[in-house]
Formats: sequence, C-alpha cells, structure tokens
Amino acid sequence: MVAADLLVAQNVGFGIIALLMIVAALRVVTVKNVVHAALWLVIVLSGAAAQYLLLSAEFVAITQVLVYVGAVMVLFLFGTMLTRAKIGAEADLNNKNWGIAVPVSLLMFGVITWVLIDGFGDERLPNPDEQTQVPIQVLSDDIFGPYLLPFWALSFVLLVAVIGAIVLARKD
Amino acid sequence: MNALLAADLPYWAQSLLRVLGGIVAVLLPAGTIVYVFLFKMMSFMQSRLGPMEAGPYGSLQLVAEVGKWLQKEDITPERADRFIFKIAPLVVLVSTFLLVAVVPFGPDAWFTNFEAGVFYMLAVSSVSVLGILIAGWASANKYSLLGGLRAAGQLIAYELPMVLAVIGVIIQAGTMNLQQIVVAQNAGSIFGWDGLGNPYILTQFVGFIIFMIAVQAELTQTPFDMPIAESELVSGYMTEYSGFRFLTFFIAEFATAGVFALIASVLFLGGWGIPFAWFDWSTIDSVDDWMNVVGPLIMVTKMMLLAFIIMWVRFSYPRFREDQLQRFAWKVLVPVSLVNIMVTAILKVAF
Repeated sequence: MVAADLLVAQNVGFGIIALLMIVAALRVVTVKNVVHAALWLVIVLSGAAAQYLLLSAEFVAITQVLVYVGAVMVLFLFGTMLTRAKIGAEADLNNKNWGIAVPVSLLMFGVITWVLIDGFGDERLPNPDEQTQVPIQVLSDDIFGPYLLPFWALSFVLLVAVIGAIVLARKD
Repeated sequence: MNALLAADLPYWAQSLLRVLGGIVAVLLPAGTIVYVFLFKMMSFMQSRLGPMEAGPYGSLQLVAEVGKWLQKEDITPERADRFIFKIAPLVVLVSTFLLVAVVPFGPDAWFTNFEAGVFYMLAVSSVSVLGILIAGWASANKYSLLGGLRAAGQLIAYELPMVLAVIGVIIQAGTMNLQQIVVAQNAGSIFGWDGLGNPYILTQFVGFIIFMIAVQAELTQTPFDMPIAESELVSGYMTEYSGFRFLTFFIAEFATAGVFALIASVLFLGGWGIPFAWFDWSTIDSVDDWMNVVGPLIMVTKMMLLAFIIMWVRFSYPRFREDQLQRFAWKVLVPVSLVNIMVTAILKVAF
C-alpha cells in the first residue's frame, strides 16, 4: 500500500493539522461568542498556512498569514469589538438558516473535491529536495509575465473598492 | 550553524540547539536593553543614578525585578474571559520568537534560511496585533479595550510604511532572502570602491528613516505610545495584568525592540558581515568559518546602536495625539515611501 517515495512525516503532519482545522471550523459555527468564533477562525486560517508550508509553498503560506491572520482577522476583531462584543455566551447568535447552510456547504465540498480530483488526479508534487528552481522566482516570473493582465485587472478591482469605500464613508 | 557544529548532528539535536539559541537571542537583547537603556541611560538623561544597590552599578537589578514579578499573585479580573485573558501575553511573545527565527547571525549561524525572509518578517510581526487586541478585550475593562483598539489601529497604520520602506531594499538587493541581502551589501561597492561594501543606509536613507519610525510605532514606544497612554488609559491593554503575565508583556516589548533592531541592521547596516573586500571573499561560500563567532558580536553591536536610537527618541519626545498619529502615517510616511520606491526602481533600471 505505502509507496516507496511517500513522505511519512509530511503526511502525519497533514493529518494532524487537517483534524485540528476541521474541529476549529466546526467550533467557528457552533461557539456562542463572536470573538471566540473569530479566534477559532484564526486557527483554521493558520492551519491552512501550515498546510501550504508542508507543500513547501512558503510564499503562499506567508501570504496567508500576512493577509488573513495579520490583516483580515485583525480588522474583523477590530470591527466586532467597536460595535458588539460581549464577554460570555450570547443566546441569539445562532442563525435560523443553518438548515439551508448545511446542504450548501456539503455541495461546495463535493464540487471542490470533484474539481481537484478531476483536475489533478494522480499527479504528484515534485519532492522539495528535487526542485531546481526557486519557487518564488517561478511564481513572480509567472505573475509579471503571462499573467500580467489579470494581475492588473485585479489591482484595478481593488482600487475601485478602495475609492468606493472612501466615497461611501465621506460625509460631504 | 551546521558547519560550525559539524553537520552530523541528528535532526532533533539541531532543532534543540536552534530552540535554545532562539531563547538566548530573544532574552539576552531584552535584558541588555532594559538594563543599559531603560534603567541607566534614562536615569543619566534625567540627572540621576538609577538602580545602584543590587550588584555593581545595579547590574543585578533586573534579576531582582524578575524575582519580584514571579512572586506576585496572578490575578484574573472576575468578569474577564479567563482563557483568552491568560493566553494573550503568550501570543504576543510567540510573535517575537517567530521574528527572531529569520534573522541571520553569520554565514552558517542562522535559525531558518527562508527564501522570502523579509516577507515572512512582515507577516509574523503582525501576529502580535492579535494578542494585543484580545488582551484588551478579554480584560473586561473599558480602558483596556480602548488601549487594545488604539494599538490595533496604530499597528495597522504603521505596518504599511514599514512594508513600503523595505521594498526599496528588496529592489536594490534583488532578493527577499535576508542572508543574501547581507551578502549583497558587503560584496557591493560604492562607485567601484569596495572598502566599505555598500550598506543600504547610504542609498536607502529615506527608507531607513521610515523603517525606524514605523518600528518605533510598532513597538508602541513614545512618541507613539497612545495605546498605553498612562495619563488617560492607566496602562492600556496591560492594565489588568499582574505578575508573570505582565512580565511576559514586558519581555515581549523589549525583546521585539531588540529583534527589530537586528532586522534593521540586516536590512540597512550590512548585518553580520564585514566588507568582503577586506579578506578577498567574493561569495558567501568563501567567507571564513570564524565569521560565525564574530558575526553575532557584530550583530549585537549594531543592535545596541539602533536600540539606543529607539530609546533615545523614546525618552526625548512627548506623545502624539491619536489624529496626528494617523495623519502622519497615511499622509506623510506612505506617500514618501511610495516616491522612494519609484526613485529606487528608476535608478535600479538606469544603472
């Protein structure tokens, strides 16, 4: 069963982190306190960063920490603490829509799994020791080479969002 | 560190040594900075002697202080969120340990040799914001919450100029690996003269100033100490902490000052290196092994110099008001650093 070139430690690590992420993700939706839910979400997002590290995709892992843990979650907590963030359990935190949400998330899970298996199948990532090029250089050459136009388009969307936020927030 | 300790050490022993080295690299600068600058230099600037009783010239005062803190009761406010309240200082300290992991101390004396070291440094330094925010919230105290929110707003605002200031260095070095940035500076030359290498403080002086201002703000040192403004907020997010947990915040503050000084010396002052032309080295592989011993000493010297500047500013200036602080970040530092990036990029292409 076990392939000769299987990286045992990486797979064990993947299993442990994945389990932690699943538990944390369930706690995000079941816990009775907004700030606790946000902190469980931090664990899920950090877990994703750790999984990227196991795939030796360190640039993506660091981006995950910088964007999600360092910026998005901080803004999230900042927003909740400015408005409503009681200490202790809140009764009306659970939404009535969970009956719809469960099938939708199961459907999403199925679609993503199918896409991944259909797209990659048995394809293996190269062993990190055998890679000849620095992954970050490959990544940057791709982004600023063939994918330059989509990159510009994305930057433009972000710029529009920033200007839109300023226009909405200004009173005069 | 591999070559120095003979590469046949098993993996667990290397990891153990790295952990021990990391603890030393965090605690030693913190202790030194507190004694030399916080106790002694501040006292001399205020025409007093400072601690003199514990040990020669009060040099064991820190041991006495730590002993005092460890004896104190570990108080948790009655209505606080107990678990989060207790782990928050540790989250802040973890950020410091993650930061030091990327600093190179010599040609082989490093903890990790990340390809995207600069990027990693910027990412993990933002983890401490989380710890500060939840510390303020979990204290169940309006002053603490205000302090936490102010800290988060300030740290987000000053992270941006810090990132933008570092980009100038990255453009000039052509790499994000801190080890290679050190090599690029020491192997470089100023218009063909290689007696000094090419420390980026000369070419990236604007970036250096912006970086140090942003570091000052990230450390919430005066004049950027709005989050712990003692005359309005008692002690901000630290108000409810006592004993050991306050000590953790205290260590994290000064250890992070040390680590940021180390990183600034790597980015702008040439790090562990001495100009390679002095000994006819050309690449990192030709650097002699004794640099693994001398390198850390050079790093500590540069760290003390930069920490001195941080503390000097801290003891000299009054506090910024909240609106002045935000305006300074967004309307002065960000535009200046953007112009700096543009000029650097144009000069890089031109030469």
